[in-house]
Amino acid sequence: MEIVLSLAIGVLAGSGVWLILRPRTFQVIVGLCLLSYAVNLFIFAMGRLTLGAPPIMPRGGFINPAAYADPLPQALVLTAIVISFATTALFLVVLIVSRGLTGTDHVDGQEREP
Amino acid sequence: MNLGPEHLIIAPILIPFFAGALMLIYDERQRRAKMTISLVAVIASLLAAIELLVRSKGSALTGGNDIGFYLLGDWAMPYGIVLVIDRLSAMMLVLTGLLALPVLIYAAAAWHRQGQHFHSMFQFLLMGLNGAFLTGDLFNLFVFFELLLAASYGLLLHGGGQLRVRAGLHYIAINLTGSLLFLIGVSLIYGATGTLNMAHLSNLVPFLPDDRRMLFHAGAGIMGLAFLIKAGIWPLSFWLPTAYMAGAAPVAAMFAIMTKVGIYVILRLSFLLFGADAGGSAGFGAPVLIAGGMATVIFGLLGVLASQGLGRMAAHLVLVSSGTVLAAAGFVLAGASSSVLAAALFYLLSSTLATSALFLLIEPMSREEGGIAALLALTADAYGLDEREEDRQPEVGLAIPGTLTVLGLSFGACMIALAGLPPLSGFVGKLGLLQGMLGQSAMTPALSWAFVTLVILSGFATLLGLVRVGIQTFWATDGEPPDVLALEIAPVVTLIGMVIFLTFKAEVTLDYMQDTAEAVLQPRIYTVGVLGAPRAADQEEDDEVTE
Repeated sequence: MEIVLSLAIGVLAGSGVWLILRPRTFQVIVGLCLLSYAVNLFIFAMGRLTLGAPPIMPRGGFINPAAYADPLPQALVLTAIVISFATTALFLVVLIVSRGLTGTDHVDGQEREP
Repeated sequence: MNLGPEHLIIAPILIPFFAGALMLIYDERQRRAKMTISLVAVIASLLAAIELLVRSKGSALTGGNDIGFYLLGDWAMPYGIVLVIDRLSAMMLVLTGLLALPVLIYAAAAWHRQGQHFHSMFQFLLMGLNGAFLTGDLFNLFVFFELLLAASYGLLLHGGGQLRVRAGLHYIAINLTGSLLFLIGVSLIYGATGTLNMAHLSNLVPFLPDDRRMLFHAGAGIMGLAFLIKAGIWPLSFWLPTAYMAGAAPVAAMFAIMTKVGIYVILRLSFLLFGADAGGSAGFGAPVLIAGGMATVIFGLLGVLASQGLGRMAAHLVLVSSGTVLAAAGFVLAGASSSVLAAALFYLLSSTLATSALFLLIEPMSREEGGIAALLALTADAYGLDEREEDRQPEVGLAIPGTLTVLGLSFGACMIALAGLPPLSGFVGKLGLLQGMLGQSAMTPALSWAFVTLVILSGFATLLGLVRVGIQTFWATDGEPPDVLALEIAPVVTLIGMVIFLTFKAEVTLDYMQDTAEAVLQPRIYTVGVLGAPRAADQEEDDEVTE
């Protein structure tokens, strides 16, 4: 499982970085999305990988913490997803406005001189 | 539950939040009501910040540094989220309030009519700033950063127009990438240490095993990049001049403190996590701060010399100011004395106020050249505003007499403060920096001298650049002087008044900064204060027992 997850994070992050460096605004926003998926998975992985372990402990009594998943990264991922969703939506609006005002989808608002 | 004075700590976050939310209900046409709410909120948070500052001076027992804390949801430390106030954060809160008030009044003259929801976004920006200064938890810091960034995206685009949208696109893309770096860093730190509470982290760092320390350093480095992007360190600063130049005047003036948030976090975290007691991590990042800070100063001063317009010049002055403070912080982290840090904090205060005033001056000064008229016409086009709408009425208000004199005097005061010439406060700050750098022996003399030279050179470059613009604007003009409203010049004069006040009160302020710097250099004060924070529930139980 570790190798699958790390490969997934690596491929997502790599494609994200490549796309962010491209000159079209649409490529940049897709790149940012992919990169944020990679980051979310990475946060998740930082809470250590467990299979079939619940994140919430029952009340009272002695419990073995090792039998439970770390709930904190899961909470962090939720927050990160919400925030990146909102900011990506905002970026999308700016992207469309820029397309409308400049008539091109180049990130600099003008095509490069041929 | 009582609403006692301990709840005051959360006031600088809640007041702008409620004010901003309330103003969303109002229609865009009810500007007077919005303006009133905004003003009341800004004044209330400023008063709360001043009270917190007075309180955090505290008793002499803890080195004159009283840590205030506020447990959100009353969870025990270190599991819950905590707000912390000490001298450093109280100072930044007051600085934010002092900037916000004149900027808001300036915006009332014309700018808040040029788009939607200016006042709400302004309040949310203040909320994010205050939250970032107050929080004692890394993830909460991320949330407040996102909050202030989201508001700043809106504010940067305020007024519309092709230039702003283009600059805004870059600004948003860069900051989104920065936020992702922040998250990677935070999660690496969590993976290596198992906590995100700053005070708890500070206690854990000296005892980290070596394999984890590597991971921790990687995390801190990646997270530091996110803050350095905000602080505008070279080579992560190419977005900054264009973005600051494109923003509307009050927005750019408020952005002058946005780079300082990055600097504040760097100061706070570096000395908490990598201070002298941090074992194998002591001094981590100091070389980067020194080299990067000095490179930023060089980049900034070359930019000042090369700039043709005042806007670009002012943006490069922001870079010079943040580079100087970052390099000084690096020197202190590497072992320079606390007086360098104190002088750097004083310099930060004075240069932020002066750059802000300069950003507000740009627009009235260039008005006669038709810059603003063309810009406003463009804005109206972009918004499809009708000529008959009330916005298109000629500016109503008291136009001041002797415009050029007032503008010229204000500009001169900004110039003197920024270049660090006597008698204004910039000189005091720079003198303190030079004295501190030359007076201590911990550093290699070559490096100290290089920094000293850069500080002096940047002063020269500032003077040269601004004098050039000043001559063009005030002496080599022909034709009518521009119409400037009293509402627009009053905030500038207020900001300059603060700089002059700072000069007169330099001794008191420097004493405060000295104590702040010493407290910052002793993370023990902070960690003991925060981790010992008693829960309200426990206190009530104690009270019952004693009864």
